[in-house]
Amino acid sequence: MRILVSYIIGLIFGIGISISGMANPAKVLNFFDIAGSWDPSLAFVMGGALVTTFIGYRFVLKGSGPLIGGVFHLPTRRELDLPLLGGAAVFGVGWGIAGFCPGGALPALGTGRSEVLIFVVALIGGILCAKLLQATTDRRKTATT
Amino acid sequence: MIETAFTPFQSLGGGVLIGLSAVLLMATLGRIMGATGVLAGVLHPNGWSDWSWRTATLLGMVSGPLAIYLLSGGMPEISVPVSTPMLLVGGFLVGIGVTFGAGCTSGHGVCGMARLSPRSIAATLTFMLTTVITVYLVRHVFGA
Repeated sequence: MRILVSYIIGLIFGIGISISGMANPAKVLNFFDIAGSWDPSLAFVMGGALVTTFIGYRFVLKGSGPLIGGVFHLPTRRELDLPLLGGAAVFGVGWGIAGFCPGGALPALGTGRSEVLIFVVALIGGILCAKLLQATTDRRKTATT
Repeated sequence: MIETAFTPFQSLGGGVLIGLSAVLLMATLGRIMGATGVLAGVLHPNGWSDWSWRTATLLGMVSGPLAIYLLSGGMPEISVPVSTPMLLVGGFLVGIGVTFGAGCTSGHGVCGMARLSPRSIAATLTFMLTTVITVYLVRHVFGA
């Protein structure tokens, strides 16, 4: 049940991304190219997704818990620290260079285009390197305390 | 540089579907719909039940273009005005950034901002700003 529901939800996300233009680097880069060939379409993606989620979450999170069981897994951290802001800044630089973000690239894998595969392999490489780095700094922190 | 057509209705419709998937995932499994979290959880399994829903979500995402093909007879349009080295460097930086920043456009930009999370709002503003600056530098200063 969980697996079927997850698959269908992933599919809705994948269709939404594909229709919206978020999976198309030409469109993404033009959205950010205010001084050049500006295409404001992606503001409508953000608007549509944000309003839907904002309203939907109000109703869902008022409930006692998720329908299939368990609890709502909501991030509880509130501090604005260096990893968060530095990480976000580095993500933005990468997004501006390649034109793909993770949410755009994963559904785009389904088109079978080699450019998407190249990006996703590099993305996975970056994630694994960062995890390794995080693990070593965590170990160092535990060793000193 | 490739000119792209302004598609407000398609983009709005796609955005609503993205939001709908985020709401449904919270309503059913109680989880944040973030591409970074889904992918990281598939790469670093945290038990079978956690790995299985993330992998199923990922497979659903990848099936998106196929569903579009079955419905419309055409694949979603993708044009990549970027060289292979730039895809590799960009992809690597995105991977580093979203891991330390704990989220991307879907996790912070949609789910986090919808919860009015200060961390997500700060992260989203930060990456939007650095993306604008990067695109400006790449296109208008270095002329790539």
